[in-house]
Amino acid sequence: MMTLLLLFNITNGLIVGAFYVLMALGLSLILNLSNVINFAHGGFLVIGGYIAYALSPYVGFWGALLLAPPLTAIIGLAVERVLIRPLYGRDPLYSLLLTFGLAFMIEDGTRFIFGPQGKPFVIPPFLAQPLSNEMFFITGYRLFMVAVVIIAIALLFLLLRYTRLGIRIRAGTLDLETVAALGINVGMLRSLNFAVGIFLAGLAGVLAAGQLGLEPTMGTGLLMPSFIAIIVGGIGSLPGTLVGGLLIGVASGVTAVFFPAASEAVIYVMMAIILLTRPRGLFGEEGMLS
Amino acid sequence: MTAVQSRKLIVLAAIWAVLLFAPYWMAPLGGYTALATRVLVLGLAAMSLNFLLGFTGVLSFGHAAYFGLGAYGAGLSLKYLAASTPLAVLCGVLLGGICGAILGTLIVRRRGVYFAMVTIAFGQVFYYIAFQWSSLTGGDDGLRGFSRAPIDLGFLKLDILSNANVFYYFVLFCFALAVGAMGFILRSPFGRTMIAIRENERRSRFLGIPIERHIWIAFSLSCFFMGFAGALYALVNNFADPRGLHYSQSGDFVMMAVMGGMRSFWGPLLGAFIFVVLQDYLSSITVNWMSFVGLLFVLVVLFFPRGLLGFFQRSKA
Repeated sequence: MMTLLLLFNITNGLIVGAFYVLMALGLSLILNLSNVINFAHGGFLVIGGYIAYALSPYVGFWGALLLAPPLTAIIGLAVERVLIRPLYGRDPLYSLLLTFGLAFMIEDGTRFIFGPQGKPFVIPPFLAQPLSNEMFFITGYRLFMVAVVIIAIALLFLLLRYTRLGIRIRAGTLDLETVAALGINVGMLRSLNFAVGIFLAGLAGVLAAGQLGLEPTMGTGLLMPSFIAIIVGGIGSLPGTLVGGLLIGVASGVTAVFFPAASEAVIYVMMAIILLTRPRGLFGEEGMLS
Repeated sequence: MTAVQSRKLIVLAAIWAVLLFAPYWMAPLGGYTALATRVLVLGLAAMSLNFLLGFTGVLSFGHAAYFGLGAYGAGLSLKYLAASTPLAVLCGVLLGGICGAILGTLIVRRRGVYFAMVTIAFGQVFYYIAFQWSSLTGGDDGLRGFSRAPIDLGFLKLDILSNANVFYYFVLFCFALAVGAMGFILRSPFGRTMIAIRENERRSRFLGIPIERHIWIAFSLSCFFMGFAGALYALVNNFADPRGLHYSQSGDFVMMAVMGGMRSFWGPLLGAFIFVVLQDYLSSITVNWMSFVGLLFVLVVLFFPRGLLGFFQRSKA
């Protein structure tokens, strides 16, 4: 029984961790290249979820899953162009404050349009079934979610490794000035990078909607763990963010078995320990944004 | 005395006159004394944050934690220790300041966005503690069941509990003490060094200034002031709220400082005034006040990044 409970919570932790990773990778991309802490990232997750909700009566679950993330990315692109671009040369304080205000507006705006009550998001029935009676907690949807997250992350790393855009993003993270001097349009690079990050947030929104239903505040709760995933993994390192997100997901899942009240606090304790022993985070490199 | 000095004195006298007579001019303009008290306390909090943000150039986005700790320190002391207002304020200051000083040792090694992120994350620790430890803190409902106690000076009894004006002047007195201390520190060689770090950290380091230690001291001092403001806030409301520790409250404080003008000493007080009055007004006319506050953030960042005082100073120059 105990092992089953433990297994249940580790599975839960991995699934929650997968959400953290999706959020944190997007945040991390934007932070690394543009030095912007995107407080509205949770807001974009909400936008992704509600777009999927609004589209699903017409295009079904699969259509919504395909359409909502790119639509969210387009909204993100517009926001970046109009609001965030003027702030790039300034103190990071300003982009932080602006996205902070934006997060307010998105949360309140969704409440205004869709109402404060939670909305159900219907997933295909065959995904909602548990796979076996023994392992009642492993539904098809949860496996499906994890598979989607793995595919998305794999595609992201392939994009960064092999495409021209990805190589430029990585180069820009290391030394934006040189990249600009080589004749690359840095403004365009930042916009596309922002859009990729928001795409991931939109995807997380659709997946979360299927698992937990929709609420205007659903993004806020995921934001802080994503920050911690980045800090634990080490700022400037995407593999670090990946490991950090899974680590804190599993850690809070396991703690929930033994000491439920501390399941939220344990990730902060982890962060404190890591900052004490490895101030740059697990995979952080010297000189990155510090 | 030069013209600049005398102009500064006049401005200073005007500020204190406005604050001294606030209960008398707020009411005819549709305000109320309690609103003036809140402006004063939140203004002190914004000025404490700006002590770090505007004068050392380090962005802490988790300062509400120390504000909230001050409030809980004062509230818990009134509820469980003794019905003494000075003791409550002392407990609040110590709780906020000491927690800040301890965490500060972990935080100061980072700079820029990393510093901001770590301060947010550590600030949330206290939010969760206040939220989860309901047997002590009242959890989500907040800490209730205490009220500020009248102060007995021996020759004079100050009824700060039921007389709103007396309480305002008590808060103003505390405010003046804290602001005086802040001004004194900023004029001292230490304060000058803080500004040197803000202006050019690398050069200050080359001059042999121990940067980390200075930032840590500035951070800790700012947390002590923050705890003071928080303790006063608990007295204002007779209530301590876990949301007072949340990072969205930190965002409000940063906004007050930026909106008023973070390069000026008094700017955050002006920012707090506008913010508090606007929020009070908006939440009375619409349920969607959050959108308007968010919009205010966006507009200020895009169009008034130097804040109101910075805007006026520049257009004069």
